[in-house]
Amino acid sequence: MTMKLVVVGNGMVGHRLLEELAALPSSGLDVTVLCEETRAAYDRVHLSEYFAGKSADDLSLVTPGFFERNGMRLRLATRAVGIDRAMKRVTTDGGNVVPYDKLVIATGSTPFVPAIPGNDRPGCLAYRTLDDLDALVRWGGQSRHGVVVGGGLLGLECAKALRDLGLETHVVEFASRLMAVQVDDIGGQMLRQAIEELGLVVHTGKNTLRIDDGETRRHRMVFADGGHLETDLIVFSAGIRPRDELARLSGLGVGQRGGIMVDNFCRTRDRDVYAIGECAQWGGKVFGLVAPGYEMARVVAKHLGALLTRRQAAELPEFAGADMSTKLKLMGVDVASIGDAHGATPGSRSYQFSDGRRQVYKKLVVSGDGRRLLGGVLVGDASDYGQLLQMMLNGLELPESPESLILPALDGKPKAGPAVDALPASAQVCSCNNVSKGQLCAAVAAGADTIDALKQATRAGTSCGGCVPLATQIMKAELQRQGLAVDNRLCEHFAHSRQELYHLVRVGRIKRFDDLLARHGRGLGCDICKPAVASILASCWNEFVLQQEHAALQDSNDYFLANIQKDGSYSVVPRMPGGEVTPEGLIRIGEIARKHGLYTKLTGGQRVDMFGARLEQLPLVWEELIAAGFESGHAYGKSLRTVKSCVGSTWCRYGVQDSVGMAIGLEHRYKGLRSPHKLKFGVSGCARECAEAQGKDVGVIATEHGWNLYVCGNGGMKPRHAELLAGDLDADTLVRYIDRFLMFYIRTADRLQRTSTWRDNLEGGLDYLRDVVVHDRLGIAAELESEMRQVIDAYACEWKKAVDDPQVRARFRHFVNSEAADDQVAFVPVRGQVRPATAEEKRGRLGGIPVVVETE
Amino acid sequence: MNSITASSEWTSVCRIGEIVPDTGVCALVQGEQVAVFRLAGDALYAIDNIDPDNGAAVLSRGLTGSLGERVVVASPIHKHHFDLRTGECLEAPQHGVRVWKVRVDGDLVQVGRGDR
Ligand SMILES: Cc1cc2nc3c(=O)[nH]c(=O)nc-3n(C[C@H](O)[C@H](O)[C@H](O)COP(=O)(O)OP(=O)(O)OC[C@H]3O[C@@H](n4cnc5c(N)ncnc54)[C@H](O)[C@@H]3O)c2cc1C
Ligand code: SF4
Repeated sequence: MTMKLVVVGNGMVGHRLLEELAALPSSGLDVTVLCEETRAAYDRVHLSEYFAGKSADDLSLVTPGFFERNGMRLRLATRAVGIDRAMKRVTTDGGNVVPYDKLVIATGSTPFVPAIPGNDRPGCLAYRTLDDLDALVRWGGQSRHGVVVGGGLLGLECAKALRDLGLETHVVEFASRLMAVQVDDIGGQMLRQAIEELGLVVHTGKNTLRIDDGETRRHRMVFADGGHLETDLIVFSAGIRPRDELARLSGLGVGQRGGIMVDNFCRTRDRDVYAIGECAQWGGKVFGLVAPGYEMARVVAKHLGALLTRRQAAELPEFAGADMSTKLKLMGVDVASIGDAHGATPGSRSYQFSDGRRQVYKKLVVSGDGRRLLGGVLVGDASDYGQLLQMMLNGLELPESPESLILPALDGKPKAGPAVDALPASAQVCSCNNVSKGQLCAAVAAGADTIDALKQATRAGTSCGGCVPLATQIMKAELQRQGLAVDNRLCEHFAHSRQELYHLVRVGRIKRFDDLLARHGRGLGCDICKPAVASILASCWNEFVLQQEHAALQDSNDYFLANIQKDGSYSVVPRMPGGEVTPEGLIRIGEIARKHGLYTKLTGGQRVDMFGARLEQLPLVWEELIAAGFESGHAYGKSLRTVKSCVGSTWCRYGVQDSVGMAIGLEHRYKGLRSPHKLKFGVSGCARECAEAQGKDVGVIATEHGWNLYVCGNGGMKPRHAELLAGDLDADTLVRYIDRFLMFYIRTADRLQRTSTWRDNLEGGLDYLRDVVVHDRLGIAAELESEMRQVIDAYACEWKKAVDDPQVRARFRHFVNSEAADDQVAFVPVRGQVRPATAEEKRGRLGGIPVVVETE
Repeated sequence: MNSITASSEWTSVCRIGEIVPDTGVCALVQGEQVAVFRLAGDALYAIDNIDPDNGAAVLSRGLTGSLGERVVVASPIHKHHFDLRTGECLEAPQHGVRVWKVRVDGDLVQVGRGDR
């Protein structure tokens, strides 16, 4: 039997339903999806990242080929306008009729626009879809001043977008505080302060009466208290209204305040029609978050699956409401609300902590007997969110003095939360995807021993990512329990992780590989531990890498200070700090390359790369480069490669700071620094980000007030956007934070672990990193800075030392007993330059045997 | 067994001091490229210099070390390991290399054709 299923709406929840259906064992479903938008489902939760550079494709929730593979029909730009329940068919705005056996309504919601005269004027916008964002960018370009009506969660997110577009931004809120639903008065105050410090203007308790033509700007908002505000652009974000119009028209029950009424199986009053997501109302509530919607999708998929296989409904999951705890970051300010945040439970007690200087506010609501956590509010520092949430959800016993949970630890050490062992297997760890601790443990038992593998196996942490730290902890504990202990031994010669070795080197002041091997290892070492230790030694003491004792540890690239290519020849990259080079410098490089017959190509890091140098040519080439004023570019090392920059305020009409100057400064500061893996930086002169700094390990972007510091981005195989570590820094603070960040990474990363993977595996995530680097929670900032100072002071150009040192220079020959050149390196012309000869071509030239020309 | 390999077939390639401990050099021996390594305790090893995987003459530039009981060099191109005593390639058995004989005479390092 086939069942015709029509799904109206391909939003986040509607699409999750399709995924759940695709995963059902039984087929027999004939699915048609009507999607009003011109794009298939995308990640609305991360919508604002569209402004941070994510494209519509990045945000897409549809895996390539999803609809084709599962035989589902998707009709884009098609809106359902009516349901004929008697005939069981849906009419579309194009006049088509689509018959169904079962119908699912997943139409989401729309931003609530208060009924204010003038609310439909041009330049009055919403913030819900990608099309809305495109409109916002368009209007933003013609505006200097913007107002967001609504100071809730979405309103503040929208305000950030306006600010990022460079508008002077005001928030107008009807209630007496920001985020009235989630936080209490003091929390709202603290949030307001933090936001105002970022340059936003907040108006609370304002009732807008009408919007007229402005005198100095496009609009004038007139308030009930007699005041007014002129602005160029208005975005309404004053809550949401379920899109229940289809249900209203077809006589399906709709709640008083909107929302299609559904039962525990998400069925409407009509047994053949379901409603899920933000358009649905259950138990008198509409859920404005994605996790409950996902749960509804799961319930409906199971229900439909049971109908297909005619199973008993009794064993099916039912929707049972949802916890509305949330954690989010608003303009860099952490805000979290857990359970009964307002202490509405009779007899409940509360504890509060506030720190005006750091702008942190925390509140706990506990049961009358003080034994259970009921709820809480966190502003400014939400690092305890995961832990508190689990305590509440699982009814864990509170410690003797519950306030210790929110008081800062005086010794600066991270607080020990309840051991993950205390969580029951049923504890829901990932609420977006409904993954329990038990499921995580099962996946670990089945072989998922990295957080990436765990994400893939269970989907935990793949939506909002909030549970990743907890999931990681559970994974580690489980590995340990199974005796699988996380194996982070470097190799067979050292039973230590890189981090431990680093520590042993520092503490024992060990300066030689042999010492370290004798004291902490065994065997002769290998191609894994030798370069890793060489890098640690260089990070700590920065001695010349080709010094006799260190030479034998270096990878071929470091040994010959050049990048080995497939044919055994090398490439040479002179440093060009910030990508700046004089015409004279360029000419000299051109001349040197021409003289030595090198192939030249520009790199993505704003360098000239010269290929095809034989070993014996390297010192000659470098002698000339050094004479022309160039230094080693360290393109061969696990070290700072490049600092890419745009021209910034010096030339560019948009630039707000001197990005080239900053880039050059940074490049000189960190050149020669050896690290667990290569490091790339970028510096952009304004938010347009032409230097692509957010794809770099360290990205610096100029703002009107200073510099924003982004960290742990990556391009390449696994692109990752860098994250904002701190904003609007002056140059000194910026450099200090980068010092700390880099040294902390060098201390704690694994061998060959880029900052992006390091960050993904860092327990406590970005919050923890910020605590260490910005708030100095571990009390090691001064130490990190002084370690960096040592490295910087010890810098010397390696190539200069190499060409000046006869012993080192002597190594740059192919044969120890002949001046002959390596006959395996041979070139043929291509597009006016050279390329390595292929094996075929070499045979023809080298064999000494006449080449047999075969004709066919 | 090859009785033609007389002692006159040894070629002196360099002084032992010319090889940095725990590294290798490349020698030209009877028209062929040989990688000669000096490891802990002045133990010497010699194998073909050309990595059969890609034809690059680079094995002398690899990092040396031990894997279990084996003494190995890792090719700088794709990090294949070659056993310095047998010439076996651990990752790709079809890509083994020849082993050469090597000895020290006074402080001269001498290489001769292997008989394996
Ligand atoms: C800026 C922003 C930030 C957010 N941040 C968070 C967050 O941090 N955490 C969180 O949990 N939630 C967040 N949300 C809420 C979250 O996005 C929603 O809960 C979720 O998208 C709901 O999914 P849905 O499928 O019900 O609705 P939607 O995703 O809105 O999808 C409904 C779809 O149905 C289409 N549709 C409507 N009517 C019809 C029709 N008649 N015919 C055909 N198609 C139709 C709509 O065009 C839309 O594409 C955020 C929302 C926004 C806008
Ligand atoms: S990032 Fe800004 S300053 Fe730099 S080039 Fe682009 S627009 Fe100009």
